[in-house]
Amino acid sequence: MKKPNSKIDYTQKVISIKGLTKAFDDFEVLKGVDLDLFRGENLVVLGRSGTGKSVLIKIISGLLRPDKGMVNVLGQEVAHLTPKQLDALRLKIGFSFQNSALYDSMTVKENLEFPLIRHAKEMTARDRDRIIDIVLEAVGLGQTINQMPSELSGGQRKRIGIARTLILKPEIMLYDEPTAGLDPITSQDINQLINEVQRRFNTSSIIITHDLTCAKAVGDRVVMLLDGQFQRQGTFEEVFATDDERVKAFYNYNFTE
Amino acid sequence: MDQSNREKTNVRRRKSFLTKRLDRFFLELYHIYAFVSRFFREVFFPPYEWREIIKQCYEVGVKSLPLISITAFIIGIVFTNQSRPSLAEFGATSWLPALISVAIVRAMGPLVTAIIASGKIGSSIGAELGSMRVTEQIDAMEVSATNPYKFLVVSRVLATTLMIPALTMYTTLVALLGGYLNVHQNELTTLITFFTQVFDAITFLDIIASTVKSVLFGFTIGMVGCYKGYHSSKGTEGVGKAANSSVVTAMFLIFIEELLIMQVINAIRIM
Repeated sequence: MKKPNSKIDYTQKVISIKGLTKAFDDFEVLKGVDLDLFRGENLVVLGRSGTGKSVLIKIISGLLRPDKGMVNVLGQEVAHLTPKQLDALRLKIGFSFQNSALYDSMTVKENLEFPLIRHAKEMTARDRDRIIDIVLEAVGLGQTINQMPSELSGGQRKRIGIARTLILKPEIMLYDEPTAGLDPITSQDINQLINEVQRRFNTSSIIITHDLTCAKAVGDRVVMLLDGQFQRQGTFEEVFATDDERVKAFYNYNFTE
Repeated sequence: MDQSNREKTNVRRRKSFLTKRLDRFFLELYHIYAFVSRFFREVFFPPYEWREIIKQCYEVGVKSLPLISITAFIIGIVFTNQSRPSLAEFGATSWLPALISVAIVRAMGPLVTAIIASGKIGSSIGAELGSMRVTEQIDAMEVSATNPYKFLVVSRVLATTLMIPALTMYTTLVALLGGYLNVHQNELTTLITFFTQVFDAITFLDIIASTVKSVLFGFTIGMVGCYKGYHSSKGTEGVGKAANSSVVTAMFLIFIEELLIMQVINAIRIM
């Protein structure tokens, strides 16, 4: 599946990362990573499990602190923000978790209402219901509104997770392994949804994945994380046009297994 | 030469092991201090999560009633029954209501409630928060700019701190009723006589001490459950450990608190 053309503004960086380093105990996961995300762009970060892909987006959203380096999001240096400033920035970032992270004790509607009740206090219940209907329709799951997360399939949970992040109209979307654990057809639906979100909500996104079909379907640009650094970047074809055995092994494994 | 080198390496390893253990111990102490003090920083300032607090009060209070009722009633009957022979030896069975009253109001009411609550509520809080940590629901709250500590921890600790004293009063009443039933069956004492003797035997200080204890026990159960769950390590094993260690730690702390408060109350009583 080929990705439709995106409206990318290459003059405007929404995320700029320089020399990012992060270690856990003695193990250095990220070793001086540099990365830019442009407005309207879908950037795919590829890499094997445990190479620090999720750590990267957790640092961007302020869930983890970097050891060294600069992480600038929408013009603000994340590590230097006060808790209040960080919260204000987080409202502009949507984070879709690998396992959806839906609140188990709440229905789909309550999950979607949760951020609205806290961050759009002036909104009436009727307005909230209207917005919930819009985002549920955007992810194609209007009929699940009163269901509990445990009653949903893996793909539905992913979609509701994405809907919950969209409800506050974020400028940036961070997707952590959006197709992990899904069958090929459902994965394709999720890929389409990621492209649809980019087009309809005009978001800039970082998509963390090791699924090359997903990378090809959603990425305007692809970067490959190997040994704690971005070794390759460009279009999907450019990244894999190399003699580097590590990259070739990754490609062969994905398309032959 | 080789042996001396090996010994030196072993000593170094042992030292490093000890240092790491000590580091971890003091770090854990600091984390506990930070976690508890954060509660007092957050509880008095808006936004208040009223809906969640009420929901948790219902979970802690109302849903514990059946278990508490049965346990308290049985304890009342059994305690009375077991105390009778000793008093009967001195022909002092008429003192039974006073004895039951002092034992239940001063110690057994708060302690039994706290033990049942730490098993039922503490483990459930530990498991729930642990599972939320493992499935990244707490992270999801944080990235959506919602304070998970306020929503999850403050509401649960407030609920246990408010509801355990209420449950303690209820436990005390039900246990006394159990005691009355036994006394009435054997000594034909009337309800009014029984409760007159019960209230004659206790003082205002006993009621205050019992309430203070149950407030502290409630706070301990909520705080320990939340701390263990909130800091649960990854994986389902971590959730189980969080639930288990919530109960064990809370019970241990409750007995220590009981011991300390008893000493303080006895000192006040002597003054």
